[in-house]
Amino acid sequence: MTEMLGYDFMQRALIAAVLVGVTAPAVGVYLVQRRQALLGDGMGHVAMTGVGLGFIFQTSPVWTAVVVCVLGAVTMELVRARGNQRGDLALAMLFYGGMACGKLLVSKSAQAGAGSLESYLWGSILTVSPADLAAIAALGAVVIAVTLGLRRQLFAICQDEDFAKVTGVPVRLLNLLLAVMAAVTVTVAMRVVGLLLVSALMVVPVAAAQQLTRSFAATQAGAIAVGVIVALAGVTGSYELDVPSGPAIVLLAIAVFAVFSAIAAPLARRRHRGTPDAGPQVCDVRLPDPQRADAATPAPGAGLAQ
Amino acid sequence: MTPPTPPAVRLHDAVASRGGRPVLRGVDLTVRPGEVVALLGANGSGKSTTVKAVTGAVPLERGGLDLFGTPLARFRAWHRIGYVPQRTTAASGVPATVREVVSTGRLPLHRLLPFRRADRTAVDRALAAVGMLDRARDGVADLSGGQQQRVLIARALAGSPDLLIMDEPMAGVDAASQQVLADTLRAEVARGAAVLLVLHELGPLEPLIDRAVVLRDGCVAHDGPPVPNTGLHALPGHDHVHPHADHGHDHERIRGLLS
Repeated sequence: MTEMLGYDFMQRALIAAVLVGVTAPAVGVYLVQRRQALLGDGMGHVAMTGVGLGFIFQTSPVWTAVVVCVLGAVTMELVRARGNQRGDLALAMLFYGGMACGKLLVSKSAQAGAGSLESYLWGSILTVSPADLAAIAALGAVVIAVTLGLRRQLFAICQDEDFAKVTGVPVRLLNLLLAVMAAVTVTVAMRVVGLLLVSALMVVPVAAAQQLTRSFAATQAGAIAVGVIVALAGVTGSYELDVPSGPAIVLLAIAVFAVFSAIAAPLARRRHRGTPDAGPQVCDVRLPDPQRADAATPAPGAGLAQ
Repeated sequence: MTPPTPPAVRLHDAVASRGGRPVLRGVDLTVRPGEVVALLGANGSGKSTTVKAVTGAVPLERGGLDLFGTPLARFRAWHRIGYVPQRTTAASGVPATVREVVSTGRLPLHRLLPFRRADRTAVDRALAAVGMLDRARDGVADLSGGQQQRVLIARALAGSPDLLIMDEPMAGVDAASQQVLADTLRAEVARGAAVLLVLHELGPLEPLIDRAVVLRDGCVAHDGPPVPNTGLHALPGHDHVHPHADHGHDHERIRGLLS
C-alpha cells in the first residue's frame, strides 16, 4: 500500500483522482438540482470529437476536447434556454454526431491503434503524464473556484430560474457559465473515469449524499467527500488488482449509494424521534360527526353563500 | 412640495403574444405605492402574461412599462420587487432547506458579497412573518403545498420589497395558510409596499384589495373597486361552472340582486 506512493505515476494518479473527485460532484449537484443529470453523459459523447481532433493534429487531446466540449455545452444551453419543443432531438443529433465524428477522426489519424481511443473512453489514470496533470489541475482549479464561489447564484438559478430572473441575477450568463463548467469537468475527468463514465461521477455521489441530507450545502459537501473517497479508493484498487480505474471508481460510488440508501430510513426515524415536538406516536384525535363533516370544510363558493 | 412618487408599476398599452398567438391586446395597468391591485379573469384571459410582462419575462411588442418611474430597459433596482411565481412545488432535484430557499431572496442585495448577519436577520424576519421560522431547517420537499407557498412568499419578502407581485398565491393553499397570507399582505401594505396579485377569485383577501382589474381576451374589461362578495361571478360574460350544483341558487340570487 505505501510502496505505491513511491512511484511518480501513482502520485500523479492520486492527485488527478482527488481533483476529479472534487470537481465532478461540485458541478454535478447543480445539474441534478435542475434535473439535467444526464447532461454530462451527452457532453462525454461530444468530447470524443475533441479527442479525435487531438489525434489528427497530434496535440494533447485534453485541450482539443475542452474546446469542442465547451462549444457543445454552449449549444446545448442555448437549445435548453429556448425551451424548444424539439430540443431533445437537437441534443440527440449533437450527442451521436459527436461520438461518430470522434471515432471517424481517430480511425483516420496516425496513431489509430486499438488501445488509443479506448483509454479515453474508460479512463487510464495510471498513464497520466505530467503535462496532462498540469492541464487537469489548472482546469480543475477554475471549476472549483466557480462552483463553490458562486454557489448562491448557481443555487438560485437551478432552484427557480423564473424567480432568479426577477432578482436581477444575470441568469443567461450564469447558465452558460454552468454549462461551460460542466464541459470543462468532463475533460478534467476524461483521463480518470473515461468519457463513457464521466457522468456517473457527476451524478452518483450527489444521489448518494442526498439520501442522508436535507440541505443543499450538506448535499454538495457530502457529494464531494464521497467523490474524493471513491476516486482515491478506485485508483488504489486499480493499482492493487490491475483493473481499469474508471469502472472501479464508478462501481464503488454505486456501492456507496446502495449503503447510504439502506441506512437512510433508519437514520431518518432516529432523527425524527430526537425532535421534542414530534407529536404523539398514534392518532388520538376524535373524528368529527360524519353528518357535520362537510360543514367544516368551506365549499369553493362559500363567499357567495354568506 | 415634493414631486409625487411615481407608480410602482405603469404598464401602458401593452401588446404581447406567446407562441404567435396575441395574448395582450393593449393592457393598461397602474399600481401605486401602498395599493393592493387584484388581477382577475378567466383562464387564458392574459393574467399570468400580464404579470410576466411586468417582471420583464415576456417582451412587449408595443406599449411601455415603467417600474418605479424607470423604463424597463434602464431598470436595475430589482431588489425593490418581490416576486412569487405561480407553481405547485418549491422542491427541486436536490434537497434544500427552507432557509436556503428563502435566502435566495437576498441575492439582489448582497450580490457577490458574502451572506452577512443583516441578510440572515432579514431571512429570519421573513420566515417569522409567514409563521415558518420553526421549520427553517426542514427540507422544502417535506412541506405541504400551503407551507411551500408560504416559503415562496417569505423568499419574496426577504428583500423587503417595495412591490410584491404574486401569481395565484391562493392556488392549492389550505385555510390556515390563506389566513397567514392575508395577515402578511396586510403588514406589507401597512409598511407602504404596493401589491399586485393574480387571483382566480377574490376570496379571503377581498377586504384588503383596493382595486380589481379584470382581463378578458387580453383586454381590460373592468378597472375599479372590487365588486363586494362576488369576485368574478357577477361580471358579465362569466360562465364559471361550479362542481357543487346545490349552491346554484346562490348565484341566481346574487345575479338577480345586481341586475
